[in-house]
Amino acid sequence: MKFEQNYIDIFNQNRALIDQGSAGALNALRDKALDCLERNGLPHKGLEEYLHTDVAHWFEPDWGMNLSRLDMHVDLAQAFRCNVPNLSTLLYFLANDEFALSDTAAKASLPDGVFVGSLRRAAKELPAIVESHYGTLADMDRPGIAAVNTMFAQDGLMIYVPDGVILDKPLQLVTLLHSPVDLMVNRRILIVLGRGAQLRLLLCDHALAANNFLTTQIVEAFAGAGSSLELYDLEETHNANLRVSEFYINQEADSNVEADFVTLHNGQTRNSVFSTFVGRGSNLSLNGIATIDREQHVDNMTFVDHRVSDCTSNELFKYVLDDNASGAFAGKVLVRHGAQHTESQQTNRNICLTRQARMFTQPQLEIYADDVKCSHGATVGQLDEKAMFYMRQRGIPEKEARMMLMQAFVGEVIGHIALEPLHDRLNRLVEKRFRGELSQCEGCRACRE
Amino acid sequence: MSNMMLKIENLHAGIDGKEILKGINLEVNAGQVHAIMGPNGSGKSTMSNVLVGHPAYQVTEGKVTFQGRDLLAMSAEERSHQGLFMSFQYPVEIPGVSMTNFMRTAINEKRKALGQQPLAPTEFLKLIKEKRDLVKLDAKFMNRSVNEGFSGGEKKRNEIFQMAMLEPSLSILDETDSGLDIDALRIVADGVNRLRSPETSVIVITHYQRLLDYIKPDVVHVLYQGRIIKTAGPELALELEQCGYDWVIKEFEDSGK
Repeated sequence: MKFEQNYIDIFNQNRALIDQGSAGALNALRDKALDCLERNGLPHKGLEEYLHTDVAHWFEPDWGMNLSRLDMHVDLAQAFRCNVPNLSTLLYFLANDEFALSDTAAKASLPDGVFVGSLRRAAKELPAIVESHYGTLADMDRPGIAAVNTMFAQDGLMIYVPDGVILDKPLQLVTLLHSPVDLMVNRRILIVLGRGAQLRLLLCDHALAANNFLTTQIVEAFAGAGSSLELYDLEETHNANLRVSEFYINQEADSNVEADFVTLHNGQTRNSVFSTFVGRGSNLSLNGIATIDREQHVDNMTFVDHRVSDCTSNELFKYVLDDNASGAFAGKVLVRHGAQHTESQQTNRNICLTRQARMFTQPQLEIYADDVKCSHGATVGQLDEKAMFYMRQRGIPEKEARMMLMQAFVGEVIGHIALEPLHDRLNRLVEKRFRGELSQCEGCRACRE
Repeated sequence: MSNMMLKIENLHAGIDGKEILKGINLEVNAGQVHAIMGPNGSGKSTMSNVLVGHPAYQVTEGKVTFQGRDLLAMSAEERSHQGLFMSFQYPVEIPGVSMTNFMRTAINEKRKALGQQPLAPTEFLKLIKEKRDLVKLDAKFMNRSVNEGFSGGEKKRNEIFQMAMLEPSLSILDETDSGLDIDALRIVADGVNRLRSPETSVIVITHYQRLLDYIKPDVVHVLYQGRIIKTAGPELALELEQCGYDWVIKEFEDSGK
């Protein structure tokens, strides 16, 4: 069964409605997207890149979509407080896939020329910038969900920081899934940083209602020469949540990018990261944490493309899998011909707490330059029994010792995160998670009640 | 018999179904230092691991009484709470767990088990300072991960530091002298001696006499093929140092077991 056919039909029947709820560049790419989906279909298990996550199957139900842009009545202020203590952020929301401002962000005055807001609005107000960037990184011909997302995406977040502008205050985008019925959400985030611009963005993905959700998300980030981008993606959803997300990062010369992916609680998640160095002297730090149990599944795929010389990429992904959880990590590093003085390190370490938990890890290094330093390492194991006994001999009960070892394991990744106020919060969330106190997400109404 | 710290009766134990201890009998009184010596493979490490409750070892027969309680019925952590400590031959590195966090958890878990309140942060820091000085362990180690990046000597000093923090009534020093230079050996031995009291006992497991020059034993035992084949005063250690184990083994075999 080709699950894409249903979506092709929905698209053809509702094309006018889709366009009407969106604007400019978003509408301009839909025909091409349809063509790509018809040719390539949805990503399925038969493709090597999707061996462990059969995303196509997620599209099997006849998902409802809010194409006519009905107001879903998400009371943002009431519904949610995603607090990071000691960190003041400018807060924005995506209610499902519709942009919304918080009161504080509405009042805040951003530096001249900075745009933070609805992508649909940006397509009208900044058409040149949106047109020259939207959809130019997301490759709709490669196996993935870029095509289907581009067909249906009507809104999302746009951040534009002009040359030389530094945003001191981190931005926080809370995405809230909230609907009285099962819902498919198609989200889009476009980030354009000019020369020497600086941005820190925290993405918090939550589900407020206990319905089934399918989210497709495309993030395209352009880091201009000498710019600095920190992107923190934190998922705390529930077991009935399906999320497939693609991050595209384009780095010009002397830029620094950090992108961290933390899956604290979820249903099934696939994150793909495609990062490309197009200018020399750039650095990339990619990190990930997954703490999963029950039937949860997390699949992180990263592809770092060293196209030019003198760039550095560091990757550290760690998973802790309990119960019947399954995880996958595939990390590809491509060092192209001429990309001399590349330094690349990739590490993936995993702990399976039960015999039923499964982890698949696949490091891939492809090197076509001869003066490079590249290494990778991957392990799947259990908690260190020797350390456990040593701790018990000192009087630390087995359960506590396990907790401390798991915290320490994940703590290494947290230590790599540049945004320090996040450390405490993540350490606390991870501890709660391991103690079983975080059965869903912290702070969302569905869990509190 | 209120003076009795540890009483081992006919202890049989092994690992992976293979019997290594074949009937150990041993009595240690409060205030005493016992040395257990013996050739490689005689069962010294098995004995210490069994006493502290290592889960890989199985006890098949016998009884161990620790301060009047059935030791073998307790979990490893309970034994620790009741005052049993072992200095590891190979101290384990625990990346990501700081010494301070490790020690605070250990101390407070013990206090909890004994029905005491957790130690106030200032008292805890004071205690750390006092006990570090005992084994000349620099403050910088407290922020590091447990044993990670410690030299051999630092690891052993760290073991005695932890012993000082936990104030056990019975300490087993498992080959604590191995890998130590003479200065480190002196610091470690000095630390142990300063912790001695009429209420505490020590079992020193060692190959060599040299640690016993600093920690003077009251009784010396020779362990061979899972049994204690000779028990005597401190002079036995000197004899073993000079003549080796052969004569003890021969004497034991001639006696017809």
